Amino acid sequence: MRIYWTLLRRELSAFFFSWMGYVIIAAVTLLTGLSFVVLVQNLGTDPSPMPVTEMFYLSFYFWLTLLLVSPVISMRLFALEKAAGTFETLMTTAVSDLQVVLAKFTAAVVFYMIAWLPLLVCLFIIRRYAQQGGALDPGTVYGMFLGIFLTGCLFLSLGCFASSLTRNQMTAATLSFAGGVGLFSLAYLARKISDPVGWQAQVLASFNLFEQMHDFARGVVDTRAVIFYASATFLCLFLTLRVVESRRWK
Amino acid sequence: MIEVSNLTKRYAGRTAVDDISFTVAAGEIVGLLGPNGAGKSTTMRVLSGFMPATSGTVRVAGFDVYHDSEETRRRIGYMPENNPLYPEMRVREYLKFRARLKGLGWRHSRKRVTTVMEQCGLADVGRRVIGQLSKGYKQRVGLADALVHDPELIILDEPTIGLDPQQIRSVRALIKSLAGKHTVLISTHILPEVEMMCGRVLIMFDGRVLASDTPANLQRRMAGGSQVIAEIAAPLAVLRSVWENLPEVAQFDVAPGEGEYFRCALTPRDGRDLRPLIFSLARENGWGLRELTRSRHSLEDIYIQVTKPTTEAIE
Repeated sequence: MRIYWTLLRRELSAFFFSWMGYVIIAAVTLLTGLSFVVLVQNLGTDPSPMPVTEMFYLSFYFWLTLLLVSPVISMRLFALEKAAGTFETLMTTAVSDLQVVLAKFTAAVVFYMIAWLPLLVCLFIIRRYAQQGGALDPGTVYGMFLGIFLTGCLFLSLGCFASSLTRNQMTAATLSFAGGVGLFSLAYLARKISDPVGWQAQVLASFNLFEQMHDFARGVVDTRAVIFYASATFLCLFLTLRVVESRRWK
Repeated sequence: MIEVSNLTKRYAGRTAVDDISFTVAAGEIVGLLGPNGAGKSTTMRVLSGFMPATSGTVRVAGFDVYHDSEETRRRIGYMPENNPLYPEMRVREYLKFRARLKGLGWRHSRKRVTTVMEQCGLADVGRRVIGQLSKGYKQRVGLADALVHDPELIILDEPTIGLDPQQIRSVRALIKSLAGKHTVLISTHILPEVEMMCGRVLIMFDGRVLASDTPANLQRRMAGGSQVIAEIAAPLAVLRSVWENLPEVAQFDVAPGEGEYFRCALTPRDGRDLRPLIFSLARENGWGLRELTRSRHSLEDIYIQVTKPTTEAIE
């Protein structure tokens, strides 16, 4: 546990010691700001019964952020260490493979959540200036952030896996971006199926990330969705662990 | 401390280390000497627990590096080739991070970091960012990292590569100071280095260990043909006739040197030292004598002889 915390601290500080970390935060802030502008315009023209968080989600900047930012966050995790050779110094200390994978993944998730903080500021601004008190229900905010967290976990664990496969950061980013786009297209297909018949359709339907995120943004926490994200994340991390371990296979 | 038996490491289609066996006793400084691609780094990577061997066993301090990996890793301080570091971290911060990874407690790691920073001459760069340090300092950071948990065995892969002579000297002195307290395994392809630092040399070539002995013993093995070089100012004909008639000289060669001097290379008949004899000859005949040396076979000759490609390899 002590080693895990030491690793986590170093991984997190690595984000803040590189210009890349600040570029990511700036990019997410820009995208959030853009969607905020769109939102304020919409709110100004005609009143809407939708919760504000749902409107944020519907602006689609959210998916853009997720697809573009998570590969950039996760690409350096393993690939950079392998390219620089520090992977060798790291793995020859008393660390276990699991500690390394978990620490790197956690650091990526924490950083990702930090990058989303400007959204919270936007929501507070709306709450402050909205005429109706009920414009922003805490439940929908929690739901939204839970959704952001869960989708982030999935995309970042995918990125972890991609990064563990290669020593080239660009390859890692491309791989995880391709994976993300794949998931995104599956979700798109799944949305087309209104009435799932047969197990194939039902499996596909569980990939409906849009619907799930839409629920979260409305403050609806569907256990099926939570389990889907958790197990998919777990699978990706397990695969990452196997790749890290494979160096010791004979 | 180290017991390697029948270690073989094959990469896809290529055998990097071919059935080598050797042991290293506690407190020894052993040099692993060989040209690039001889399998030194691979051997060290297996020893450090980073990669498994294809076959054979490696034991460090009685633990198998594959089966008791974590237990052995605790006992080894390893500095890989090219000394990889995190460039964005500060020296003290990095060493503390490494100490914690190696299982040292908070208080203990602080103490050890201070100790190794003093030991490696890093005391006044503790706050500097590693990426901005000179190569010599970076190398010392790598060494300090290998030492920080006070390991029984220290494995250093080419610790002096790319340093200037001054820095090399200080790194060597540091490594030499570790003798006795730690067991040290160093790889290098620089010969004088092992002569200066190591108590024993393992010469590796093409994945195999070709020789294992002290540098002095290896030299003695080759000492049979050591020559004496003398630069003497005397008529050429006189010199020739003198050497010809001396029973102690088996072979000689006289070549004109600078000015009136002649450079004589003399091979003794039975390995005896010809120098006192030449000196007294020069004094008796009133010759000018300005150089008198015995050329020893350096480790370099041994190295070249041992690593000469066999006919098999040429095919």
